Amino acid sequence: MASSRCTVAAMGSGNQPILSTRPISVSRLRKTYRDVVAVDDVSFEVDHGEIFGIIGPNGSGKTTTVECLQGLRNPDSGEVDILGLDPRTQRKALRNRIGSQLQESSLPDRIRVWEALDLFAAMSPRSRDWESLARDWGIYEKRHSAFATLSGGQRQRLFIALALVNQPEVVFLDEMTAGLDPAARHDAWGLIRGVREQGATVVLVTHFMEEAEALCDRVAVFKRGTVLAVDTVPGLVAKYAGESTVRFTHDADLPWLDDVEGVERVTRQGDRVVVRGSGPLLAHVAAALVGRGIVPVDLRVELGTLEDVFLNLSAGDERA
Amino acid sequence: MRALWRLTWVEVKLFAREPMAVIFAFAFPFFVLFIMASVFGNEIEADDPEEVEVWRGVGPTDYYVPAYIGLVMASIGLITLPMRITSYREQGVLRRFRAAGVPLPAVLGSQVAVSLGMMVIGAITIGVTSPLAYGTEGPQSLAQTGAALVLGAFAFAAIGIFLGSALPSARSAQGAGLILFFVMMMISGAGPPRGVLNDAMQTVGNTLPLTHVVLLLQGAWLGQGWDWSAFWLVNGFLGGAGILTWRLFRWS
Repeated sequence: MASSRCTVAAMGSGNQPILSTRPISVSRLRKTYRDVVAVDDVSFEVDHGEIFGIIGPNGSGKTTTVECLQGLRNPDSGEVDILGLDPRTQRKALRNRIGSQLQESSLPDRIRVWEALDLFAAMSPRSRDWESLARDWGIYEKRHSAFATLSGGQRQRLFIALALVNQPEVVFLDEMTAGLDPAARHDAWGLIRGVREQGATVVLVTHFMEEAEALCDRVAVFKRGTVLAVDTVPGLVAKYAGESTVRFTHDADLPWLDDVEGVERVTRQGDRVVVRGSGPLLAHVAAALVGRGIVPVDLRVELGTLEDVFLNLSAGDERA
Repeated sequence: MRALWRLTWVEVKLFAREPMAVIFAFAFPFFVLFIMASVFGNEIEADDPEEVEVWRGVGPTDYYVPAYIGLVMASIGLITLPMRITSYREQGVLRRFRAAGVPLPAVLGSQVAVSLGMMVIGAITIGVTSPLAYGTEGPQSLAQTGAALVLGAFAFAAIGIFLGSALPSARSAQGAGLILFFVMMMISGAGPPRGVLNDAMQTVGNTLPLTHVVLLLQGAWLGQGWDWSAFWLVNGFLGGAGILTWRLFRWS
C-alpha cells in the first residue's frame, strides 16, 4: 500500500534534480529566531512506510524542524522536499497530503467529537467519511461528547483521527504521548503502529526513549539544533551504548575472565561478579564459564538502551 | 467560503453552549437600561437650556437607548472577542486550525460573524424592550439607524480582532478589555452624558471609538441627522484595526 504512493522524480529547487522516491528529504536545514540558532545544518531522509523518530532534549530543535517540514515555519536556508513538494512555496498542496498532531495544541472545550471531525474533514477535498474514521479509532461511541469530557487516551484517539482525516501520506506526530499515563501511552503506541499499517509514513517527535525504542525503525538524535546521529535503534546502541554488563554469582576467584574476548572490566562484590564489555559479551563469557565447568544459575545480561545512547551523546559533544 | 460557513456554524453552537456568554449578551444591555431608566426617568426640564443640551433635547431614557446599543457592541468587541481569540491561541486551537488548513479569513471571519450576531441580538433586545417597558421612541430614521448599527458593529468586531491579535494572553485580554470597556463606558456618553464631563474628559473621549459610534447611533435613532464626522472616524477605527490585525496576527 505504501509503495503504490511513491512520488516519482522531483526537481529540487537547487541546481541538481533530486531523483528521490523518498517521501521526506531534508538537507542542510537552518532556522534562527533573532540571534538564537534553533536548527543548524540538519539533514536526513525518511523512507516510505517508516516510523522515523526524532529525539532530543527540550529546545534541541525537534519541533522547529518538523514545523519547517510542514510549512508552518519558513527555514532560513536549506532544502526540504516532502512528497516532491516544497513546504515554503507549495504549502496548500502539501497540507492536503500530510497529517499533523502538533505539540500543545488543543480544541475548544465544548466542541463535540463529531463536530471536530466534520469540521476538519471539510477542509480537504481528499477527506474520508468521518464516521468510519471514528469507528476505526474507537471514538464513534463518543461522537456526541464534548472535547473537555474526554479522557487523555480518548483525546489522543481523536487527535490521531483528525490528523488522518485527509488520508495523508505523511503524518507528523509531535509529543503526542506527553501527559498520558503508562497504560494510555501503550495504547497510543498501538495507534501509531496502526497509522503505519494504513500506509502512511510517520515522523514521531518524542522525548520518551522507550517510546522511540518500541516504535521507530530509525531515530535521529537532536541536540542544540543539530543531528548527532541517525540510525536504527540497535545500530545506535551498538555505536554509542556498546557496553553491556553480565552478572552472575560464583564464590571462587576467576582471574582468567579478564582475557575472555570482549571483556573490559571485572569487578566483584562478595560472591557477585560483574563483567563489563562490548560485543556479544554474554555468549563469550557463558562459553568460557561452561568450558571450565562453571554453570551459574543466575547468569544474566544488561544491554545498552537508547537512553544510554542519548546520555552518552548528550554528555560529550565531541563524539558526534 | 465552505470553511468559513462550517466554522461559523460550529462557533455559533459553541457560543450557545456557554450559559454565561448567552446571559451576558441578552441580559447585560437590558440590565443597564433598567438601572439608568430608574435613576433618571425620561423627563427633563424643558426650560433649562443647559439640561436640554446635555440630553440632546430628549429624555434621558431616550438618550440612553442608542447609547446602550453602542455599549453592547463595545462589550463584545473589547472583552468577549479578544478573550476568545487569545484563549484560542493559548490553547493551541489556532495552531491546530492552521495545521489542518483552515484559512485565516475563515478563522477570523467566523469570530466576526458570531460577534455581529451577538451585537444584533443585543441591539434588538434594547430596541424592542425599551419602547415597550419605558415608552421610549423607536428609531426616527430606520435606514440611518441600520447603517449606523452595521458600521458600529463591524468597527467593534474589527477592534476585537485587533486586540485579540495584539494581546499575548487571555489574562491580558481580560485586563485590557475591562479597562478599555469601563473607560469608554464612563466618558463616551454611554455613562454620564458627555455634556456633564469636564474638558479633559471630553478630549480623551473624542479619541475613543465608542464616543463616535454613540454619536452616530444617537443622531440616526433620535432623528437628529447623520453625523458625518462620527461616520468617518468610525470608518477610520474600522480600517485602522483591520490593518493592524493584518500586521500583528499570530497563529501561535
